[in-house]
Amino acid sequence: MKHLLLGDEAIAQGAIDAGLSGVYAYPGTPSTEITEYIQLAVSRHADGSLPIHCRWAANEKTAMEAALGMSYMGKRALVCMKHVGMNVCADAFMNAAITGVNGGLIVLAADDPSMHSSQNEQDSRFYAKFAMIPCLEPSNQQEAYDMVRYGFELSERLKTPVLMRVTTRMAHSRAVVETMSEPMPQNAMSMPENVNHFILLPAFAKRNYAELVAAQPAFVKESETAGHNTYTRGAHPERAILTTGIGYNYLMENYQEEMGCSILRITQYPLPVALIDQMVKDGAREILVVEEGQPVVEELIRGMVPSDIQIKGRLTGDLPRMGELSPDCVRVAIGLKPLPKHDSEKLVVGRPPALCQGCGHRDMYAALNEVAREYPSPRIFGDIGCYTLGALSPFHAIHACVEMGASVTMAKGAADAGQHPAIAVIGDSTFTHSGMTGLLDCVNANANVVVLISDNLTTGMTGGQDSAGTGRLEQICTGLGVAAEHVRVVVPLPKNMEEIKNVLREEIDYPGTSVVIARRECIQTLKRHLKAAKKAAK
Amino acid sequence: MKKDIILAGVGGQGILSIATVIGEAALQEGLYLKQAEVHGMSQRGGDVQSNLRLSSEPIMSDLIPMGGADLIISLEPMEALRYVQYLKPDGWIVTSCVPFLNIPNYPELEEVLARVKEHKNHVLLDVEALAKEAGAPAQAANMVLLGAAIPMLGIDHDKMLAGVARIFARKGEQVVNSNLAAVEAGYNYAISVR
Repeated sequence: MKHLLLGDEAIAQGAIDAGLSGVYAYPGTPSTEITEYIQLAVSRHADGSLPIHCRWAANEKTAMEAALGMSYMGKRALVCMKHVGMNVCADAFMNAAITGVNGGLIVLAADDPSMHSSQNEQDSRFYAKFAMIPCLEPSNQQEAYDMVRYGFELSERLKTPVLMRVTTRMAHSRAVVETMSEPMPQNAMSMPENVNHFILLPAFAKRNYAELVAAQPAFVKESETAGHNTYTRGAHPERAILTTGIGYNYLMENYQEEMGCSILRITQYPLPVALIDQMVKDGAREILVVEEGQPVVEELIRGMVPSDIQIKGRLTGDLPRMGELSPDCVRVAIGLKPLPKHDSEKLVVGRPPALCQGCGHRDMYAALNEVAREYPSPRIFGDIGCYTLGALSPFHAIHACVEMGASVTMAKGAADAGQHPAIAVIGDSTFTHSGMTGLLDCVNANANVVVLISDNLTTGMTGGQDSAGTGRLEQICTGLGVAAEHVRVVVPLPKNMEEIKNVLREEIDYPGTSVVIARRECIQTLKRHLKAAKKAAK
Repeated sequence: MKKDIILAGVGGQGILSIATVIGEAALQEGLYLKQAEVHGMSQRGGDVQSNLRLSSEPIMSDLIPMGGADLIISLEPMEALRYVQYLKPDGWIVTSCVPFLNIPNYPELEEVLARVKEHKNHVLLDVEALAKEAGAPAQAANMVLLGAAIPMLGIDHDKMLAGVARIFARKGEQVVNSNLAAVEAGYNYAISVR
């Protein structure tokens, strides 16, 4: 069957067709659509004939751990996240490489080079190398679909988690994908052969680690022989080009047969040593490395080929050091002139994203800004979500935004240093992702902070996914030890401005940890809910 | 056959629906297709674009090279100009002439429109007014724009209409008809000024 699918959707369909039993994820651009697609597919089988666990997890670490538990029981599990989610789940991820797997386990990291919707452009391939596990980097949507099935099979055969790495242009680009007509059956439940493999006491972990080290040649062999990495000797093999993932597409967009370069196309790691050796043996004098993301292969290959071979790429300036690849920069890197084009239009001005009209975050910031101005030197620590846009015009309301949950703990550190008022602004979903533990630290130290939870009852920025703590935020905060009289709830609407300001003033002036919850539904999800209700009423 | 198209607009305007209809028609034609979209943060009222590539041969890059686009289809005039460096020297700009004003420093509209007109191959149209004239709701403005682009798409007019009908079929006959009327209004306008 042929379908027009986003890269993310191809991965999701590939996982369903490979007999997936559970997908575990926290939303994050550009990975969100994988889990959403599986949720939709499951909901369309109202008779329960597609039993895949697909509820959103509280964060990437809980997702990774649940997936490892599913794998422990012999079933196939997929964990999906954006690149920075890898940092959140790193403890579980690194140690899953030591335990190994029972059922197939794929960790899907969607990187965002050029930071379209992210705070850095870290390359997840480093994590695969770090954990010493195989990594797959499909170059197109069809390959993404096919590689999921292969990845599960590889994971079960080599008893290792497999990292699959995609980037924005793969995740969020559509193409026709040919799919299997029938999904594979799910694995039956089974216990691990050796339970000690999953008990990482030092004595057991040392044995496991030795096994992982010993398995490395088998991983390399798999990269050399599975057929995903291909080497083609050119008529002029002194010029060689190595591509990884979608870098191949940008090369082929521009490549002309008469160039006669040798081409090594990589979509599976660890690097295929034999294919690189062959490229050298055929007489390569220079190797251009075309890879999306950081110069991972460019650095590695320097230690693998004779030093008189010239390695070109992002480190040498032949390709840009930062940002995603484009057909244009690859064109120039292989020695072609740019296409004739118009100059960019100087008249055009930037149109930055902004909070929606009618959004509750707007009213929250309007009140907060007015109150903050009453103090000589307020500091407001922001967090990750739509409300990060409060940093831009017209609010200019926040003074920091680093990573999920940092608002709470940075405000605490600032308060510890003597700052007053120290205010954290965090969304409901980000709070349950990584803010709760920080709030516990605040309570234990009775830190003089106000944690303002802007609760829109959803995970807004990524398109309105369920938020883990909806309906229970007050209980969570008092449960963590915030005094009940200092857990305040307001409704961010213009008519409530005076009340919100008074509540903020009172809690700023209270010398201890307080929480103000500004609660009003995201207007995007509200519109959807009203539309659905109208439809249901018909 | 090979057409590289940049779809442009402001987050929420509905450029992806245009891409969906063209994609549907292209697939029925047996063409290869790649379409890169923008998701995430920039959807909140920021500038958005989508690269849509159609070809009778396999397509490699998901992104259109600079100087490679046959056509820019835009729901907003300044947003059309944002991507002129991607347009072929003789490429087409098909754009709404109505500005979307959500920024304080929007340039003089007269100047924006004059810049569009400097491109020999352009169609400027008021998509909302044309939708209204055709008896279609304001949400169908993007279908007017799609209609105006049909002469440059290299896909037969009737096959595009069939694509529109299929996409909107599940929303009922009335929605299909008003969208078809909107597409026709755009198409007729483009034919009359070309």
